[in-house]
Amino acid sequence: MARKGGSALRRARAWLPGLLLVTPSIIAIGVFVYGMLGWNFSLAMTDKHDEVSEGNFVGLQNFVDIWDEPRWHLSVNHAILFTVVFVLGALVLGWFLAFLMEKGIRGEGTFRAIYLFPMAISFVATGIVWRWLMNSGQDERAVGLNRLFDVVGLPQWAWFRDQDWGMAAMAIPAIWQMSGYVMALFLAGFRGIPEELREAARVDGCTEWGVYRHVVLPLLRPVTLSALIILGHISLKTFDLVMAVSGKQIITDVPAVFMWVAVFDFHDPAKGATIAAYIVLSVAVFVIPYLIWSVRKERRS
Amino acid sequence: MILRRGLLIVFAVVFLIPVYVLLVTSFKPLTEANPSQAWNLPQVWTLEAWRVAWEKLAPGIWNSVLLAVPGSLLSCVLGSMNGYVLSKWRFPGADVLFTLFLFGMFIPYQGVMIPLVQLMVNIGLYGEISGLVLAHVVYGIPICTLIFRNYYVTIPDELIEASRVDGAGMLRTYWSVVLPVSAPAFAVVIIWQFTSLWNDFLFAVFLTGPTSWPTTVMLNNIAGAQATPYSQQMAAALLASIPTMLIYLLLGRFFMRGLMAGALKG
Repeated sequence: MARKGGSALRRARAWLPGLLLVTPSIIAIGVFVYGMLGWNFSLAMTDKHDEVSEGNFVGLQNFVDIWDEPRWHLSVNHAILFTVVFVLGALVLGWFLAFLMEKGIRGEGTFRAIYLFPMAISFVATGIVWRWLMNSGQDERAVGLNRLFDVVGLPQWAWFRDQDWGMAAMAIPAIWQMSGYVMALFLAGFRGIPEELREAARVDGCTEWGVYRHVVLPLLRPVTLSALIILGHISLKTFDLVMAVSGKQIITDVPAVFMWVAVFDFHDPAKGATIAAYIVLSVAVFVIPYLIWSVRKERRS
Repeated sequence: MILRRGLLIVFAVVFLIPVYVLLVTSFKPLTEANPSQAWNLPQVWTLEAWRVAWEKLAPGIWNSVLLAVPGSLLSCVLGSMNGYVLSKWRFPGADVLFTLFLFGMFIPYQGVMIPLVQLMVNIGLYGEISGLVLAHVVYGIPICTLIFRNYYVTIPDELIEASRVDGAGMLRTYWSVVLPVSAPAFAVVIIWQFTSLWNDFLFAVFLTGPTSWPTTVMLNNIAGAQATPYSQQMAAALLASIPTMLIYLLLGRFFMRGLMAGALKG
């Protein structure tokens, strides 16, 4: 008995210093991530609609009431349209660029550098130039892309000021910024496929397209999933880009901007917290299963 | 092959259009701020817009340096210690803890922002650069831990074991075996964190005030003012991007590695 206790103690002495070293981080993550998420959710369940009141518990009232607001519907619809265009656009373009490069091409380093550099710059800086490029002025007042389109005979457009499809235009700078990253992911994926596998399929009589369809694409699925998750969670919380391109205008409102307005313009903490909670939930529903899946997969291998 | 190359060149040109616009516009004098010349090269090249932009942006750039340098160094220290423990000095439940850390990397920061502002007000760090550093270091723990952990996993366990047999404890082993081979991971984390801190807008806009606004917030204010001519806005945008662009051009290799390590993150 005593010996057993002794060995447990000895084992504990082996790992305890490690735990101690990580403790500051555990506390920090506990407080700043989980504590504050909890605090935000509990704030969202109160009627603290101004900065001075105490706030009483009202349950899920705010989560229900917000659906009565036209602006909320607008911002959710905008976020959905933006997400669809951005995620698909960046995925397809990134994949296509990797596809063009996968077999090795002269000057690959230069091409990669060009496609990837937008990632090193803030959305605030790039937003300035994209606001100019996507200026809605037309004909004599046209600058940016409309001026260019006019010269080459393409139709002009209101871009992000378009009533229905403005958010699709807003996705363009985001695609520009992120497709290089997707390209890098896919390129690593392509290169990770052993040449023998392709060769074996060719020997079995597969056409080049068949090899691609039946060997390469299935093996790229995990990369595609990672890319989807990364793009999706960036998209749902998008804030910088919209603020930089169009500011707080209703026409490009998204939940993250609406939350900012709720906190700083309406001075309504409970509403801000409710919107924030919805943003967190929309990301958590697909990120949590993904994280559990990928940690399990790593442990298996 | 030629088709592939041709397409890649077309895409490269399209990707560089915004850079052309930024450069060309920033060197134009106000007299050429005319829609009909929007895409032309400047007839007269001038640094006037750059001079004004620098005057307006300089305090923000200084604040960003005070934010990003200590912030990325502190992140390295924490990340390295955590990564070491979680890969080589594991304790029961380390995997679960690591997963819980990872989720912290994905949370939309909006979800913690209102309580965070409240906390910063309470502890007197609201509107201070040190408050912003604290926030970035804490929320950077997950990604930095991940990068270091994935790097340390590649160190052979035998090396750690040998050091233990020699009677070295955890810190001694870290100091004499792990730290000397950590340089690449430090480079990746410093570059990654420096870039994120420099480019961050969300935390900055919620947590700082006029005296502590970093570059991004100042830039957004400059661009948001209707009276600011495009030449100045674009010069300011370029100025704000120079540090991260330099890092990208000079140390792109490490930048890429950070990106791939962060394949779990955006």
